Amino acid sequence: MVDIKDYGDFETAWCPGCGNFSIRKALIQALAESDLAPHQILLVSGIGQAAKTPHYLRCNCFNGLHGRSLPAATGARLANPALKVITNSGDGCNYGEGGNHFLAALRRNVNLTMLAHDNQIYGLTKGQASPTSMEGMHTKAQPTGVHSYPFNPVAVAVSMHVGFVARGFAGEVEHLTGLIKQALAHPGLSLVDILQPCVSFNKLNTFQWYKERVYKLGEETKHDPADWDAAIRLSYEFGDRIPIGVIYTNDRPAFDSFFPVLQKGPLATQEVDYGVMEKVLESYC
Amino acid sequence: MSQGSMNLMIGGEAGQGLVTIGQVLAKALVKSGYHILVTQDYMSRVRGGHNTFTIRFSPQDLDSPCEGLDLLVALNQETLDRHAKELNSGAVVLADTGLSCGQAPCLNVPYHDLADKRYLNTVALGVASHLLGLDLELVAETLETAIGKKKGDKVVTENRQALEKAVQWAAGQDHGLKPPAPEKEPDQRMMLGGNQAIALGALAGGLKFLAFYPMTPSTAIALTVISHAEQMGVVYEQAEDEIAAVNMALGASYAGAPALVCTSGGGYALMTEGVSLAGMTETPLVIALAMRPGPATGLPTRTEQGDLLFALYGGHGEFPRAILTPGSVKQCFAAGYRALHLAEKFQTPVFILTDQFLADSLRALTPFDLSGLTPVRPGGGGASGDDYLRYAITDDGISPRRLPGMGPELVIADSDEHDEQGHITEDLELRVRMNDKRLAKQKGLRAEVEAPVFTGPEDADTLLVSWGSSQGPVAEAARRLGEDGQSVGTCHFSQVWPLAPEQFSERLKKAGQVVVIEGNATGQFAGLLKKEAGIAAQRFIGRYDGLNLTPEYILRQLAS
Repeated sequence: MVDIKDYGDFETAWCPGCGNFSIRKALIQALAESDLAPHQILLVSGIGQAAKTPHYLRCNCFNGLHGRSLPAATGARLANPALKVITNSGDGCNYGEGGNHFLAALRRNVNLTMLAHDNQIYGLTKGQASPTSMEGMHTKAQPTGVHSYPFNPVAVAVSMHVGFVARGFAGEVEHLTGLIKQALAHPGLSLVDILQPCVSFNKLNTFQWYKERVYKLGEETKHDPADWDAAIRLSYEFGDRIPIGVIYTNDRPAFDSFFPVLQKGPLATQEVDYGVMEKVLESYC
Repeated sequence: MSQGSMNLMIGGEAGQGLVTIGQVLAKALVKSGYHILVTQDYMSRVRGGHNTFTIRFSPQDLDSPCEGLDLLVALNQETLDRHAKELNSGAVVLADTGLSCGQAPCLNVPYHDLADKRYLNTVALGVASHLLGLDLELVAETLETAIGKKKGDKVVTENRQALEKAVQWAAGQDHGLKPPAPEKEPDQRMMLGGNQAIALGALAGGLKFLAFYPMTPSTAIALTVISHAEQMGVVYEQAEDEIAAVNMALGASYAGAPALVCTSGGGYALMTEGVSLAGMTETPLVIALAMRPGPATGLPTRTEQGDLLFALYGGHGEFPRAILTPGSVKQCFAAGYRALHLAEKFQTPVFILTDQFLADSLRALTPFDLSGLTPVRPGGGGASGDDYLRYAITDDGISPRRLPGMGPELVIADSDEHDEQGHITEDLELRVRMNDKRLAKQKGLRAEVEAPVFTGPEDADTLLVSWGSSQGPVAEAARRLGEDGQSVGTCHFSQVWPLAPEQFSERLKKAGQVVVIEGNATGQFAGLLKKEAGIAAQRFIGRYDGLNLTPEYILRQLAS
């Protein structure tokens, strides 16, 4: 059995009280409970405070470019179907710089788990608005307030019929662990958008702000994640009350399943057949 | 007749099927025992405009396209208006009875009497085939294969009828065209363009992953890989943009799949941050860059060698790379194979730099010899378990590259400066050592540089220097000058980076004058020669009107 200790202890560059600590804790707990050892997983990230996560647990890690975690994760997963591939990046990285990749990933449905650390602010660059910042939020870069309508990743993912869409809260570690476990088990793209307080820069959406609003699906309210219409309605609930839990699921086949060669395992282990290559050349005669 | 060869052009609008019949005619010529060299000039549109498909053929191998036409198949008036002035003496024009040929020696073909309007291109094919002395059965078979439908299908039957009627009509015409006799008992040959050859070379080198975003003139590289992907066990994806393509390729390569991206100037511009990431994470990556004229969208379907310095300097920061510049379709295959091996060995980006002319230029080639070829085998080496260091500092800069998930070792890649494990560091002393380690690989790359190839006398009065696709036109220009009794040599670079001056400096200095010939306006390679080898060429001949270099163009420039 894999133990959470297998994932090690690391010194981090996060601010004390940062929501990333809880997300890291939930992730490690979910990995251990899923019996996934550090060498069996690959964490892919972009740039930002959330994107440093792969450096703070023992794992294979590809910490690439800002906004590009999804394409890199896609390539890695399509090269080695035995890897459990997880992305860790923030709202700016996933929904701003990498917005086109997010949309394409929703359509493509590669077997990846996307953990979006969504603190509604840019942390690493010290407090500018992000795509999910609420209208009216004031920052040094938006001194008259944010005027753009906030991006709703959960609604977009549900509208695109993504196979697993959930929203978690960094303040509910146990609940979040359960969501990540389910996401890891889903054989297609799974999105967990995680509400995360930024203690240094987001003075609007604080721990208390989230705490007063979030409620767990299935506890107070019944919700069938297979019900797309209900999921769409829920995905727009973001105000006085914010639902957390599994919003939507379906069993759309993963992109990976359309490549027979991937049934045979990692591409690196597969030989080149020069007899077949000979025939390929002959086809040009 | 051009140098024992014949040059024929099919011209018309996009949508008239001229590429289809051009390819069938080219293939039939290959099967009949000719060498061919195809140049395609087309406008960036799907219908209308003016496009040409030119085939130079000869019983001998050909280096280059040439100017001057022996047969002009005009599918519209514009073709006549533009190209009648290029006719050689003894040339023949095929044109519809409704078109005006002026003074040109013309066979007016009654297209509409011979076939339904859907098969006019097939009629042109039939008449041209007959004039070239090609076997009707062979042409018909080639056409059927191109149509891709079975015998008995209505389209096949009607095409066949159109072809036969055209040949019957042509048999009654007096035209006087005398094509050179084909090679007797020729070897079986493939018909391939530069794009296809790069794809096949990469497949032979063990390519396992392709990501791309369609962009002329590079798209056929991807399409060729995809057409053989299932047979060869390759995973591919048309990405949402070039940024995604290069990052997917890097993810795949990191995880052990030898990876290729293909693009052209604007797409490469989007990829450059990814190229820099390949340099930093020391992830093998092959970029096939088929150039077209810029800046910006430029002339999307035309040719130029204007992105040499962009390929060399694209991507922020300093890191090693190699740039292969094949001069022929055969060299494109070798470059596809070699680029994968170089990228893996040195864990860094490797470019295959071609252009629209070479990418679309079909040639007849003996099937490539696969004996002795080995696929790239990524990964391996280094300490085991927790002692493994992905970026262990070594003398040659090459660190042990394990693959994630293939063993207990954890493989860490980071776009930040990193320690030997791969974790982020801001230790500035370590930063210098890491940068030095990466740049040390340039020395190894330099030791493996493909030396330039010289022809002609050691101390030629004139030495013509080429790189990439300018090789053929330069070779033929030099040959013609040699036949005129001039002392002319050539020097071709199939790899332009790194440069190893000890391979060529002395010989360049011995030449009376060095003339660098390249398809751009500013003499990018000439500048590189000066910077890297201290050799200042006496002359530079450039071309940047969107068309490929020809021997005649070079001779005119040399004489001026």
